[in-house]
Amino acid sequence: MAKFKAKKQNIAIDMTPMVDLAFLLITFFMLTVKFRAPEAVEIDLPSSIADTPLPAQDILIISVSADGRVFFGVDSKHTRLSILEKIMKEYKYQFSEKERQIFSVLPEIGVPFEQLKSYLSLSDLERKAMDKRVSIPIDSANNQLKQWILFARYSNPKLRIAIRADERAPYPVIARIIETLKEQKVHRFNLISTLEAQPKT
Amino acid sequence: MAAEVGGDSGGAKKGKKQGKARKPKKRPRIDMTPMVDLGFLLLTFFVLTTTMTTPNTMPVVVPPKITEKDEVEPPKIAEGKVITLLVGRNKVYYYTGVEKPTLFMTDFSPKTGIRKVLLDRRAEVKARYGKEDEMIVIIKMLDEAHYKDFVDILDEMAIIQQKKYALVDITPEEKSMVAEYNQTMKISS
Repeated sequence: MAKFKAKKQNIAIDMTPMVDLAFLLITFFMLTVKFRAPEAVEIDLPSSIADTPLPAQDILIISVSADGRVFFGVDSKHTRLSILEKIMKEYKYQFSEKERQIFSVLPEIGVPFEQLKSYLSLSDLERKAMDKRVSIPIDSANNQLKQWILFARYSNPKLRIAIRADERAPYPVIARIIETLKEQKVHRFNLISTLEAQPKT
Repeated sequence: MAAEVGGDSGGAKKGKKQGKARKPKKRPRIDMTPMVDLGFLLLTFFVLTTTMTTPNTMPVVVPPKITEKDEVEPPKIAEGKVITLLVGRNKVYYYTGVEKPTLFMTDFSPKTGIRKVLLDRRAEVKARYGKEDEMIVIIKMLDEAHYKDFVDILDEMAIIQQKKYALVDITPEEKSMVAEYNQTMKISS
């Protein structure tokens, strides 16, 4: 019996439409992507069923790392500069134009006021290294977080306050922060979390 | 099999016009595979980074601090409506009543944990006072607790739609109650 060999054929698939689509999607995602601001500390957020998105503007974020260190951040450059102005006045510090410029772009800061000047004179890398060991003092004898919040709220009275803490952050630190907020008559604030599905009841 | 770009316009025409020795027609083939690979890599990257970060917020309202000069007493509430939760690390101690309360322990598991306790207590309070939303939850955090436990317990309030709850500082008596409970139950905290 004669065998028929199927003729070998080079199959050419026209991939052009697929490539077109892929690049269209790339363009779309590249344009819509909003990168997270570089954070001073890495934070694993706890999850909750809360689904109110975080407002993008007029927000003051108090960050707490897993080892209980406290950082402070506000969203706008303008507010940051105004806060620095107030620190200079209150503590009689002098900051150069360059130091101001650096401060105005820092999303989060976690140094005590006494170290602020030396912190701002460091290079980016050195600052990053320093972020791994500093914290804003919050104990009642020297509660600098209170000062930060005070300056921030004077600079922008519309600020809403949010706590962004790591899920392993020790509760006593959170309690101190809530206490600090209460002292300033802030009784309404937000806890930042990631979304978790609502359980069926 | 990759996408290819074929082009045979310019060179061929020129050759015809001038009647010179023709080079054999060859369609230049560009292998687009690496480009497509890169394209998909970028696509994957952007898809993953855009959907990952969706921070949400949980609103919290705390009662104002009552100082001595305010001349207001903290509000009094009926003992029968209250359940007090002492939140530790991944576990919740709870008791009802005031006089010599007995402490129990549970956790955050969805079916059998604190949610069931709260719903049972709510039904109990309803049977006694006749109204659905009479139960009051008092939340006290132990020092050993993590922030996650705090969010979890507030989340439980949101899940069972418990509106009346208060965050109160823990007392030394309650701390010793927990320590005692741990000792008798042989739990290392």
